[in-house]
Amino acid sequence: MQDLDRIRSEALAEIAASQSLEQLDAVRVAALGKKGSITGLMKSLGAMSAEDRKAAGAMLNAARDEVSAALDTAKAVLEAGALDSRLARERIDVTLSARPETQGRIHPISQVMDEMSAIFAQMGFEVAEGPDIEDDFHNFTALNIPQEHPARQMHDTFYFGEKADGSRHLLRTHTSPVQIRTMVANKPPIRIIAPGRTYRCDSDMTHTPMFHQIEGLVIDKTTHMGHLKGCLMEFVTTFFEVDEVPVRFRPSFFPFTEPSAEVDIGCSREGGELKIGPGKGWLEIGGSGMVHPNVLRACGLDPEVYQGFAFGMGVERMAMLKYGIPDLRTFFDSDLRWLKHYGFVPFDVPTLSGGLTR
Amino acid sequence: MKFTLSWLKSHLETDATLAQIETALTDIGLEVEGIDDPSQHLGGFIVGHILSAEKHPNADKLRLCTVETGSGTIQVVCGAPNARAGLKVILAQPGTYIPHNGEVLKKGNVRGVESQGMMCSWRELKLGEDHDGIAELAADTAIGARLLDIMSFDPMIEISVTPNRVDCLGVRGIARDLAAGGLGTLKPLMVEPVPGRFKSPIGVRLDFDAESADACPLFAGRLIRGVKNGDSPQWLKDRLTTIGLRPISVLVDITNFFTYDLCRPLHVFDAAKVKGDIRARLSVAGETLAGLNGKTYTLDAGMTVIADDAGPEALAGILGGEPSGCTAATTDVFLEAAYFDPIRTAATGRRLDILSDARFRFERGVDPAFVVPAMELATRMILDLCGGEASEPVIAGTEPDWQKSIVLRPSRVAELGGVEVSVDRMETILNDLGCAVAEHADGLLVNPPSWRGDITAEHDLVEEIIRINGYHNIPSVPLPRSSMPRPVLTPSQRRAGWVRRQLATRGLVETVTWSFLPEAQALMFGGGAPEMHLANPISSDLDVMRPSVLPNLVSAVGRNADRGMRDLGLFEIGPQFDGPEPGQQRQVAAGVRAGKARTRHWAEAARAVDAFDAKADVLAAIAAAGGNPDSLQVVAEAPVWYHPGRSGTLKLGNKAVAFFGELHPGILAKLDVKGPVAAFELFLEALPLPKAKATKARPLLKASAFQPLERDFAFILDSAVAADAVIRAAKGADRALVTDVTLFDLYEGDKMAAGKKSLAISVTLQPTEKTLTDEEIEAIGAKIVQAVIKATGGELRG
Repeated sequence: MQDLDRIRSEALAEIAASQSLEQLDAVRVAALGKKGSITGLMKSLGAMSAEDRKAAGAMLNAARDEVSAALDTAKAVLEAGALDSRLARERIDVTLSARPETQGRIHPISQVMDEMSAIFAQMGFEVAEGPDIEDDFHNFTALNIPQEHPARQMHDTFYFGEKADGSRHLLRTHTSPVQIRTMVANKPPIRIIAPGRTYRCDSDMTHTPMFHQIEGLVIDKTTHMGHLKGCLMEFVTTFFEVDEVPVRFRPSFFPFTEPSAEVDIGCSREGGELKIGPGKGWLEIGGSGMVHPNVLRACGLDPEVYQGFAFGMGVERMAMLKYGIPDLRTFFDSDLRWLKHYGFVPFDVPTLSGGLTR
Repeated sequence: MKFTLSWLKSHLETDATLAQIETALTDIGLEVEGIDDPSQHLGGFIVGHILSAEKHPNADKLRLCTVETGSGTIQVVCGAPNARAGLKVILAQPGTYIPHNGEVLKKGNVRGVESQGMMCSWRELKLGEDHDGIAELAADTAIGARLLDIMSFDPMIEISVTPNRVDCLGVRGIARDLAAGGLGTLKPLMVEPVPGRFKSPIGVRLDFDAESADACPLFAGRLIRGVKNGDSPQWLKDRLTTIGLRPISVLVDITNFFTYDLCRPLHVFDAAKVKGDIRARLSVAGETLAGLNGKTYTLDAGMTVIADDAGPEALAGILGGEPSGCTAATTDVFLEAAYFDPIRTAATGRRLDILSDARFRFERGVDPAFVVPAMELATRMILDLCGGEASEPVIAGTEPDWQKSIVLRPSRVAELGGVEVSVDRMETILNDLGCAVAEHADGLLVNPPSWRGDITAEHDLVEEIIRINGYHNIPSVPLPRSSMPRPVLTPSQRRAGWVRRQLATRGLVETVTWSFLPEAQALMFGGGAPEMHLANPISSDLDVMRPSVLPNLVSAVGRNADRGMRDLGLFEIGPQFDGPEPGQQRQVAAGVRAGKARTRHWAEAARAVDAFDAKADVLAAIAAAGGNPDSLQVVAEAPVWYHPGRSGTLKLGNKAVAFFGELHPGILAKLDVKGPVAAFELFLEALPLPKAKATKARPLLKASAFQPLERDFAFILDSAVAADAVIRAAKGADRALVTDVTLFDLYEGDKMAAGKKSLAISVTLQPTEKTLTDEEIEAIGAKIVQAVIKATGGELRG
């Protein structure tokens, strides 16, 4: 027991001198391990008398607790130091580039169609679809365009080869055949829009052989020209997201509507920049009118009972006007630079609550 | 359709300004395409008086003029040979816009002498082609007067006429519409028959059988002898020139004038060159006609021609013939006015590819009641301008039946048009348009005029009334609708939207490409059947409907690579065409990734795209569409355009839902695109639509209170064993406990026997009722190993 003071002082001194957790642990083992010096003294207690054991035990316990506490303190200090030096070693150059990620884009045609759906949905329009390859009946005849009508010359139609019965299918020249398919399949009241691919045999600065249209159709017993005006005026103001868009309805002619109207929106071109809104100019955006009685009849509807309006607009044209895209042909180029520039990030789902466009 | 303001005013009594007329035309549906008003840019020009004209001190050909402006004198350097003292000229001072070059005149310095203005030629004012010298004004013209005050200008107006409004292909029809629209009064057109002085030596006949009698139901003509076919009077030349027609000779100019003035094409034959009687008949195949346009046409059978004993002399309603055409030497002229069937005229014109002012009108249906009156009016004009005397008319056939009676229920105007119009106003409008209107038990009985063949039914009358009443007067009414709109997209439309935005989120860029492509590409991708060819493609490389979206995407990859963008991903959601009938098309979401999936980066190694990129894309798309990727079978087979060893099909039962993999290097080579390209095609309609649920509530979450545990197993397998078989077997070993199996290692290296590979899986066990004992875990492990060995014939790797 005479050694206790010495053992204790040596252990405390070695703890204080420890430079690493390894050294510290060696000190711990030497003092408190199974064969440690203090542990050794503990073992000798068994041979003592009860009285001696009590006194020596107390001293031993106190010494063991003191060394143990010193070990814990020193360990904490050394650990903190070790962490500091590890963190210092782990320093990175935060100016290095992050791992690359790519984000895709939504094509303006899809985006604008989504915008249009959102607006027309608000007015109760459903979205209808129809085939790209059409027959003569749905694309022309049912739309009051008989074989020899000069209006057929207005369309430059892509045809397929002649079939055994002399008929030939075609690529739809407009989305209007969807009107026919809808009216044949469904009873009024009908409110649909039909966005989709359309085709005309035309290719120059301002025409592409394929483009997109959106068709609208309302059929019930009471809808009239005033509703057509109201519907399209609400649409253009919402679509272009400006306070006021003047809308002009001009009498025109389409075989499938009567009365017919072309729809113009107001614009200004000050300083060479096109702006949709009040101004001196007008831009044509589409055709419209009351569905022609012959079209209703072709679909099995009695024009004395049912009536309504139809309209059609070019999707690319609306996209060009709204987003300032200068060239129609670039829509179909798949040029990555164009797609990234004019495309939309996928989170931009157009809604009326959040606004159609960022 | 072009006309001038003064021409319009020859039919319309009006005080309206040009701007008012422009607005009114558009409002009634005669869309103004353009107005060329020469006076618009001439406001700054004044009359000057040359006081003196001396030689320029430094140039032989220039003159130094002192010009009186009315408010002083200025010095002008001028190169015109006719610049001389005493001349009244048109003067521009600095700041004046010069129409010819579109520039604003500045003070100049010509060879060291200041020039304070410019004396103009007609061409510089865009008032003519004359540029031989400066314009010379009459000697008594007031000095300093504005050019606009001493000359009158006739603005040219161009409108686009819809195909139903043939009557507005004549100035008079336009004037009538404007008058109805409230812009003035239509002047009366007096038709006084010209008495014949003699019997026409040339007769006319209609040689048709019953079936083709409608080709030309009425033919009127007469001979006028002793005419002088010189130049037209200036007013007539001016009108024709302003609308872009070249004056030829007075007889020809009169026919052109009638075409534009009254929408009544006529023809004049040189009577001396006509052999025998004139007859209208159908052509015989092989007959030829040398046209007045300098081209010779070989006719098919059945085209309407005007012929004499020598053969066809004119294509009815389309083109006159050169041999019987009028020239300066013509003294006896035979005038033709006839009605030709629109459909036949259009067909012949299309067949022979002849566009003419006459065809344009006849194929739209000219006024059937204005044949003989037009002949009388034209006779009068010929006599007035060319002299001579007229024969008695020769007329074959009768006026085609055009009379119609239509009942208009006035209530229909508001019901369809959405605007209240009084019955009185309706009557006025219809009267102004030329309709005869009478009372009828149901409202009004309307007889449309002969020139309005387009008005055939009540709705046509409604259109006329609201058109003339003005569309701007229709109150706009919001569509009645429910206050809280319901969702309107169909499940498949919503699904396409989710797929689109999912793919874009994954880094693919959406594109839109043609529905057609070159035949060679269609053939490579399983299409190109004869019935999928367009009969009239826009070009030979867009001639077949696409059997797959991929060729267009691959071509787009190639085009972008040519622009230096080699690492990219594109997708398109659109149709592919399986057959030639409507509806034989499928909606496909197709995507490609090309170049490097990971570009070179300091933190990661670069990696080329591979089949698993495409697989990840298509599985993500399927998940976005609401499909369950686990319910799909992956089969190592794909169409021929994929790499045979690096592609697969996702199947639902027997049905292929999607293909994915690397594209076949041979196909890429043919498309001239550098590989690898990973691609997928997802057939959206092949995915079952989710069942409509009665409630939106989700099933209760069953989260276990016990910790899941993971156990790893490695197996040695034949190389041909599909990883999928291992995973399915492990999952099937205990469906209640095994919640996930992932494959984390694949080894096929040297340490394996030939034809063998090692696959290592990690199995997640999720106890739900109690913590598993070591024995239980052991037992499940053994079950898993047994299941895998049974399914694959492999062995546990030691």
